[in-house]
Amino acid sequence: MEKQLSPDEKQEALWQGLLSPKDPQGNDLQFQSPEAEANYKASITRIKDAIQLKEPDRVPVTVFPNMFPFTYSGMTVQEAMYDYDKCATAFKKFVLDFEPDIHWGAAGPGPGKFFEILDYKLYSWPGHGVAPEYSYQCNEGEYMTADEYDLLITDPSFFFRNFYLPRVFGALDGFKMLPPLTSILEMYGVAFSFIPYGLPPVQGTFKALFEAGAEALKWAGAMGGVDGELATLGFPNILGGFTKAPFDTIGDTLRGTKGIMLDMYRRPDKLLQAMEAITPIMISMGVGAAQQTGNPLIFIPLHKGADGFLSDEQFEKFYWPTLRKVIVGLTDAGCVPLPAAEGGYSSRLKIVKDLPRGKTVWMIDQTDMAKAKETLGQNACLLGNVPSVMLSVGTPQEVRDYAKKLIDTAGKDGGFIMGNGSFFDHAKPENVKAMVDFTKEYGVYK
Amino acid sequence: MSKELVKAIADMREEEALKLVREMVEGGSEPMAILDAAREAMTIVGQRYDEGTYFLPELMLAGEMMNQITDIVKPEMAKLPEIERHGKVVIGTVEGDIHDVGKNIVSFMLDVNGFDVLDLGVAVSPRKFVEAIRDFQPQVVGLSGFLTLAFDVMKETVEAIKTAGLRDEVKIMIGGGQVSEEIRKYAGADAYGKDAMAGVSLAQKWVGAK
Repeated sequence: MEKQLSPDEKQEALWQGLLSPKDPQGNDLQFQSPEAEANYKASITRIKDAIQLKEPDRVPVTVFPNMFPFTYSGMTVQEAMYDYDKCATAFKKFVLDFEPDIHWGAAGPGPGKFFEILDYKLYSWPGHGVAPEYSYQCNEGEYMTADEYDLLITDPSFFFRNFYLPRVFGALDGFKMLPPLTSILEMYGVAFSFIPYGLPPVQGTFKALFEAGAEALKWAGAMGGVDGELATLGFPNILGGFTKAPFDTIGDTLRGTKGIMLDMYRRPDKLLQAMEAITPIMISMGVGAAQQTGNPLIFIPLHKGADGFLSDEQFEKFYWPTLRKVIVGLTDAGCVPLPAAEGGYSSRLKIVKDLPRGKTVWMIDQTDMAKAKETLGQNACLLGNVPSVMLSVGTPQEVRDYAKKLIDTAGKDGGFIMGNGSFFDHAKPENVKAMVDFTKEYGVYK
Repeated sequence: MSKELVKAIADMREEEALKLVREMVEGGSEPMAILDAAREAMTIVGQRYDEGTYFLPELMLAGEMMNQITDIVKPEMAKLPEIERHGKVVIGTVEGDIHDVGKNIVSFMLDVNGFDVLDLGVAVSPRKFVEAIRDFQPQVVGLSGFLTLAFDVMKETVEAIKTAGLRDEVKIMIGGGQVSEEIRKYAGADAYGKDAMAGVSLAQKWVGAK
């Protein structure tokens, strides 16, 4: 029988995989210079040490932007979404100009044409509801009605395919006509389940799917290409994939902010049951992505659990239990969850610190970093929290002063990665540069 | 009964509150008295939010209860009563940004706190703000924005108001997402509010209401 790997061994295997990178043909990656190879490996080791709460050679630094790499190159978000080569080139320039230890890939803008093929209604994007120079934004709504909780709980995939997807993708309307896959059981009657695939609306939907798949593949080629090239130059992409807190999965795109918050009063039991039902799905989403990309870090953007959104009691009842299960499920599989605590998390620190030690990274936005270090920071690596506002309208000196304070407090004894606290589209390049350069100079551990 | 109603709404007992309203309507209560009770409850909700015992779910549910109560009471009245307003506010999410959850809460809280609110919606251009200020003549303008792009657009909007010669006619408050005191200075606004009640307090201060 094959030996079962422990969570630590699974994580180590992912790190070792990252440290011996392959090219698309499966051969050892050829670095462009010995320095590039040394930088690549030093960056990964630095990040790994910080995550495991050991003291690295110096504070690692990253820039985790939204559309900044593209606005920095002077192109519109629309161009970055529709011209994949331009997007890749701009991203490469961003990494080479700022030289962060690690990057997160160029997938942010996504493939514009793909969204068009599927008639994506969940977002407005450049040329489709927002101007060319602006980022895409979510159209909040009730894409799941209040009386559909039982459908979601009973068979999440059936609910997604037959109800949710046709509502958010105009081109997937044919999915409404498909019977459950679990009806396909035995010789007698098996053909009934396939009749809908002969109908024109369903065939139209599948045609759109083929076209969308081809477009996604084309885009992935360009994005993967730039990742590979940056790796040969010594800059690893560390992002393995993403998943979400079950509360946000339901609150962001299914029930909407208002919907889920009313449900907390009107049907709390259904909401709790639904979050439990999707928890294993959220875990496999992250684990599957890490296995596919070979990268351990799984990004979890946290939205509706911030200070001011919910009371601590509500956070502990509705938000945290299933999020914690997702985090622990990921660490058990050897992944490194990266929750991004968007907004303030000051009052949650004492709650979220209850986690396996040295296995997660928390991106911190507007929370006091000294307090975060004393609490959550005892168990988890902290990433952040240079304010987007400062990068946008501050001065390089302000950024250096802020970064110094961060290194002196949050950076003490390791367990800290310098970076921006929240995602940004615009910034003064000299401020971003100051953040990276100052960290490399001042952040050396002695 | 209206005391019970105030308490039911303020304590987030939705079903009970709506049942009480129906009973009061059937029992011949003055529609105005019911609405007054609902408004009194909204003030308590606002206070509890301000104190940090209530959060967004309670504001959302309070808004829902208010709408439902108005719907029940409306057919009983020739027209909805004009309540005394402290002042007028024009509010909107700035151009390029379509986030409205926070802005809607501020709108609602201003409304239940006695302001006449003109909500221009999302992605509102500087020109639209200027036109709305001319037509509606508010004392207060609220600019909302979630994205970093909003910093520049807020600045442009304040400048457009200035260019139109209206800057001295209004006080401008900003809020949302990463917006902070630094952005207040950058945009040239009069104040930044960290949440809905901060917005209400600013507006009250500026129009001299208590």
